[in-house]
Amino acid sequence: MVAHRLVEALRDRDTDDTWAVDLYCEEPRAPYDRVALTSYFSGKTPEDLLLGDGELAEDPLVTVHLGTTVTAIDTESRTVSVDGRDEPYDALVLATGSSAFVPPVAGADLPGAFVYRTIEDVQALEAWVGPDSVAAPGVAPLKGVVVGGGLLGLEAAGALHGLGVTTTVVEFADRLMPLQVDEGGGAALRRIIEGLGVEVRTATATAALHAGGDGRVSSMEFADGTKVEADVVVFATGVRPRDELARAAGLVVGERGGVVVDDGCLTVAPDVYAVGEVACIHGRTWGLVGPGNTMAEVVVDRLLGGEATFPGADTSTKLKLLGVDVASFGDAFAKAPGSLEVVYADPVARVYKKLVMSDDARTLLGGVLVGDASAYASLRPMLGAELGSDPNAWLLPEGGVTPVTGELPDAANVCSCNNVSAGTIRSAVCDEGCTDLGAVKACTKAGTSCGSCLPLVKNLLNAELKKSGAEVSSALCEHFGFSRAQLFDIVSVTGLRTFSDIIAAHGSGRGCDICRPVVASILSSLGAGHVMDKDLARLQDTNDHVMANLQKDGTYSVVPRVPGGEITPDGLIAIGEVARDFGLYTKITGGQRIDLFGARLEQLPAIWRRLVDAGFESGHAYGKALRTVKSCVGSTWCRYGVQDSVGLAIDLELRYRGLRSPHKIKLGVSGCARECAEARGKDIGVIATDKGWNLYVGGNGGFTPRHAQLFAEDLDTETLVRTIDRFLMYYVRTADRLQRTAPWVEEHEGGLEAIRQVVMEDSLGICADLDAAMAAHVENYRDEWAATLADPEKLSQFVSFINSPEAGDPDLTYVEERGQRRPATPEERQLIAGPRLEVRAP
Amino acid sequence: MTDPRKNDWVAVCTKKQLIPERGVAVLVRDRQVALFRVTGTDQQTGDPVDFVYAVGHRDPFADANVIARGIVGSVGQGESQRDTVASPMYKHVFDLATGECLTDPAGRLPVYRTWIAGGVVYVHPVPVTTTLVA
Repeated sequence: MVAHRLVEALRDRDTDDTWAVDLYCEEPRAPYDRVALTSYFSGKTPEDLLLGDGELAEDPLVTVHLGTTVTAIDTESRTVSVDGRDEPYDALVLATGSSAFVPPVAGADLPGAFVYRTIEDVQALEAWVGPDSVAAPGVAPLKGVVVGGGLLGLEAAGALHGLGVTTTVVEFADRLMPLQVDEGGGAALRRIIEGLGVEVRTATATAALHAGGDGRVSSMEFADGTKVEADVVVFATGVRPRDELARAAGLVVGERGGVVVDDGCLTVAPDVYAVGEVACIHGRTWGLVGPGNTMAEVVVDRLLGGEATFPGADTSTKLKLLGVDVASFGDAFAKAPGSLEVVYADPVARVYKKLVMSDDARTLLGGVLVGDASAYASLRPMLGAELGSDPNAWLLPEGGVTPVTGELPDAANVCSCNNVSAGTIRSAVCDEGCTDLGAVKACTKAGTSCGSCLPLVKNLLNAELKKSGAEVSSALCEHFGFSRAQLFDIVSVTGLRTFSDIIAAHGSGRGCDICRPVVASILSSLGAGHVMDKDLARLQDTNDHVMANLQKDGTYSVVPRVPGGEITPDGLIAIGEVARDFGLYTKITGGQRIDLFGARLEQLPAIWRRLVDAGFESGHAYGKALRTVKSCVGSTWCRYGVQDSVGLAIDLELRYRGLRSPHKIKLGVSGCARECAEARGKDIGVIATDKGWNLYVGGNGGFTPRHAQLFAEDLDTETLVRTIDRFLMYYVRTADRLQRTAPWVEEHEGGLEAIRQVVMEDSLGICADLDAAMAAHVENYRDEWAATLADPEKLSQFVSFINSPEAGDPDLTYVEERGQRRPATPEERQLIAGPRLEVRAP
Repeated sequence: MTDPRKNDWVAVCTKKQLIPERGVAVLVRDRQVALFRVTGTDQQTGDPVDFVYAVGHRDPFADANVIARGIVGSVGQGESQRDTVASPMYKHVFDLATGECLTDPAGRLPVYRTWIAGGVVYVHPVPVTTTLVA
């Protein structure tokens, strides 16, 4: 990887073509992304992992020799021995990397024992475990042991676990990932991983592997004499630098291996450099790609006559292992004298977070995040800087994730994989003229490895563009050069009401899956008519088009509206009967209603005929629209309730049902301050007081949970409804595509206070307009499903095959689980139906 | 001599049944095929003309038969404009003319020949080979 980076960088900077490069690769394939090795098990092919876009292979000044081993170096005659001949060099760079280290235990070479470093290793492991290990019923799953509970060990454990192998991780130290996380973090990580069904043994030393009757590995013995069964063993016990060529050539080698180099990555021999994992620099080797890439850049600079030196490296890491976020950065073990640790641990939520602060609790020195590393991207660039607020605010679930905007110092390292500083990104924008994320990535390589810094890169880009006076591109897609809000104004003002007219006048091409649904939503918000009407139909995502939610097997789920979550026994029975008669899987949703899964396209009208007859209407679960108004039972039954929360929730839900918006909208109404409806987790939250209602806005769950903020207090019901009307309508008109209320409020100029002035004091003079728009919405609401059932032309579209209207998709296969049916997994489908004939383009 | 495969063409629906730029699925023998009617401009006369694209209905990334329910669109401008469909499952974008996936080269849709005669749409059940497409 580092060699590839070096050649790429050299060819990039050597504009005079002074160097011709021969790249000798021992492996039979071109350099690939070893960091992503585990993605092989999630379907990536070895070709997917190749680095670069093949440019180097075509470069006349670069010759790549695959499967070619250099057998000796002669630093006197300046030659290397390859295939029995001597090739001269002007400069030589050793980037031989490391090899997997297998501890000297008996039986480590038995069939069934593997290491985890190259594509060949993972292919051999996969072949041993076999692709069918999950499928065969009645056959006990294989048992696997991973020796080593570090980063690589957990990756290997994840791979085995994913292959259906019952997996145990054995770690010599007293905790998992001892190099990256502290005791608390290790304990949290252990709990999470055990929760996934992977067994963990720490403080355990491996003594020997034993073979079974067939000569293959069958068990593992530990130093304390205990044994476990093992059909497969993976050693992930660290790496050793591949420094044997250098040793033989008489180069200086470090105490614990690695070719010793100076600050310029130069070895003791003239014009011989070493980079990456084989290099011992500042007295140690570095097993991360980031420092390796830095060394590559240093050598390129030196080859071109520069004086660059290795500045030291950031060992910060953020990874997802077995689906668990783990991040470690800076002084993670609080080694700095007088440093303070601020810890937040929630064993129930399986989260552990620790910040290491300077002795005055102001400057961030390091940290460990396990279970939730969302704050990493914001925190890591702040290393060595003052946090500027109570460190706790960064750790508590509601805080911390505030992304840093463009105020980072130039030296702050934004992309630790590729060592890209904030200054480099800024200069890419100001000096190199990059104007979008793709260009910045191509120019600086920031965000091209793990991608976790991309939100930050985007913020820096936008901030820099704004500073330079350039317009920050808010274009929807290649077909429209406008943001959603601008397009809304255009459509609203011009009165254009078909997509063809709008794109002909203000866009280009045919549109795409981004701009078409946006235009459909805008037209719907402006009262354009039924979602299936001809010009609108072709703009809709399938969910909106068939008014149901697409599921993984191509069937749909159906959600009737249950306003406020209040439902009669007869209503429940009607839904239950429909589900039973159509064989639908049922589940209660978080929005206090019932989701019915597994409806085929051609079944939807019959299902809805029954539901409409029973008094139900569309729940718009499929739309970027009002979803639900959740409520607690309120003063009607509750001893503590001070207002009728259910009544208000029903009124609000019936008022805003069908309102199309930039993203989904959820509301909640609680009948007292106990807040049982979780209203502050909603876009609009209403909480009863003894004087009226408190209104909160901008909350949501999901990927970035937010608590709603107080917008107005003690409103009477009429004022409350008017305020919500205006807030929602203003949001619908001005928010960006797929922007929920929280980020909309945040990015609105002047923030919440400015919106309050627009909505409550009419600072823009648009309130009458907003009120009229909402009145028109309420007036014109029709149930989409009832309207569809009354229109034969619309109904005719609900077929799986237009030339065989009665037929269902023959590929759908189900199995029963806990008394209901669910889609069969691919393995189960094979068992049920036999192998399918694939239809492929030859 | 007539093409021995000529009689293999299967009549699947009428052109009127196809809503412009909204796909439908049809069964062609035992194959699930997605049809898309797209209106373009005749290069010579400048008149509007209808094309019917036929590609496999199965999304190779999702292993589900949903392609016909995707959103039609285009990439590129002018001469280099290509008509596309975005799968509703994970939004992979496919070139309707070649079946290529433009967002992930690991997947591809089979492409079928279509023929419109007398208002009837016919599909040939043997997918076009890659060389013919290219």
